[in-house]
Amino acid sequence: MKSKFLPYYLIAPVTLFLLCFFVYPFLLVASQAFSSGGDGYSFDNFSEILSYWKFPISLKNTLLLAAAVVPVQVALALLMATMVNRMEKGRDMVLYIWTIPLAISDLAAGIIWLAIFEQSGFLNSMMHALGVIDKPMNLLSYQNMGMVFLAIALAEIWRATAIMMVILVAGIGLIPKEYYEAAEVFGASPWKRFTKITLPLLRPSLQTALLLRVILAFEIFAVVAALGGTLFPVLMGQTYEYQFDLLNSGAASAMALVILAISIAFTIVIMRSLRVPKGIQI
Amino acid sequence: MTTKVAVERLTDPRKTGQRVYYTGVFLLCAWVIVPLYFLFLNTVSSAEAVNGFPKSFLPEFNLDSLKFFAGFDGMVSALANSVYVAGITMILSITIGAPAGYALSRFDFKGKELFRALILLTRAFPLPLLALPLAVLFIRIGLDDTIFGLALVHTTLAVPFAVLITFSLFSGIPIELEEAAWTLGCSRFTAFTKVVFPLILPGITASAIFAFVISWNEVFAAAVLTIENRTLTAFLLQNLDTAPMHLKFAGGFILVVPALVFIFAVRKYLFSMWGIANR
Repeated sequence: MKSKFLPYYLIAPVTLFLLCFFVYPFLLVASQAFSSGGDGYSFDNFSEILSYWKFPISLKNTLLLAAAVVPVQVALALLMATMVNRMEKGRDMVLYIWTIPLAISDLAAGIIWLAIFEQSGFLNSMMHALGVIDKPMNLLSYQNMGMVFLAIALAEIWRATAIMMVILVAGIGLIPKEYYEAAEVFGASPWKRFTKITLPLLRPSLQTALLLRVILAFEIFAVVAALGGTLFPVLMGQTYEYQFDLLNSGAASAMALVILAISIAFTIVIMRSLRVPKGIQI
Repeated sequence: MTTKVAVERLTDPRKTGQRVYYTGVFLLCAWVIVPLYFLFLNTVSSAEAVNGFPKSFLPEFNLDSLKFFAGFDGMVSALANSVYVAGITMILSITIGAPAGYALSRFDFKGKELFRALILLTRAFPLPLLALPLAVLFIRIGLDDTIFGLALVHTTLAVPFAVLITFSLFSGIPIELEEAAWTLGCSRFTAFTKVVFPLILPGITASAIFAFVISWNEVFAAAVLTIENRTLTAFLLQNLDTAPMHLKFAGGFILVVPALVFIFAVRKYLFSMWGIANR
């Protein structure tokens, strides 16, 4: 086998696979979204989903959740990564515990937090034990939308901070220790070291982590289904509803394109705002 | 820093700093573990205890909920489907992903950047959404509601990771080792099987496990693409409104257990996998 062609043989299977199951379905979604029952193309599906009364709510809910969850996750992940960085004893143990949620599905995370927030759940039991309440309250109800939001946000923060932390821990590991030693010699406080060394040098990792999380935040679905049910419509849940309950795959595809457009818009914003100048990468 | 005053001023806040630090680590560990403990409590409680109030914070080790779960119509086959789908996903994504990872780490070829862009692009897309058109396509080619069809979609999710992870693994093995094997009479292929493969095997296993977990946890595509042959996640999602509480918790627990084992198995690789897969 000539080694000139070898790399192409090696990448051929993946490339073919992704063409069939990534590029092609993407084109299919696009054409389905613009189809109008007959042969022509139109914006009918889009005007249908955009004028549906649930659309503004689900858009607002999805964006609000992302806005509430992602910043907390960045802060928590940064905190965990810096904590673990200076840890000597028990580092492996702590890292294992902190990465556990990484492998837990969003559905399972939703169910876990349901155990806490449901009517006879652990939060009510705790409040009862403390004497705050006499009988269990229905926390996840229409009267308590703030609580529904909080439960979903907490479940998301609990579940998905780990992936950010892993990326940031890997990124911090690449920063040369000498920088910190030098800073310490010159008397920089821990906070100064964090803002002047860790943060700027962590920019590539931060960018990756943010991108991954923000895109996944717009796909939020199962956590909401487990905790909020129909109380708390989100974009992905609406897509599912169109496909299954309303059997309208044109509208479902249009929803998919809307989610895609939002994801791409945010991807570009994040790439721009956290751009890593070439040459200063470590 | 040698004067007494300066030393005193330094040591005291440092001690409180230490205390704050350890408390923080402890609290963050508790933040992860306590919700898991609650799920465990509910799983090993009888239905009455799960729905009772107030709840006990100690386990009663009653296996009724789990037995009910095992006896629930369709649950065992859903569990089996989940394992099959994840198994096929794992095998597929490694067999087609690892060669590409090797190519990226060892060769410079025209179109390499384009290929990398394709791989990275997949991560910027809400991939489960692609299940929507595939649901229609699969009906046409007879793959609808099959385990294999779903595994194909899950492979799309897992294969970019497999490529990037194996790329970073292969990059960690010096090419000199292979070159030495060539000069000692190995062909490109035997050098790979005799030298590189044994070194890479643990890492490959780790990334295979990662692919398994991605598939095992996926909810949306599974719910869209399977109707009769539900996976565990799809089955639980479908029954969220109607299932009794203790069934949900037992199902959630069964979903979580393999995840715990898997993360423990791959913990050594988790960070090196991401360190380079990052770029």
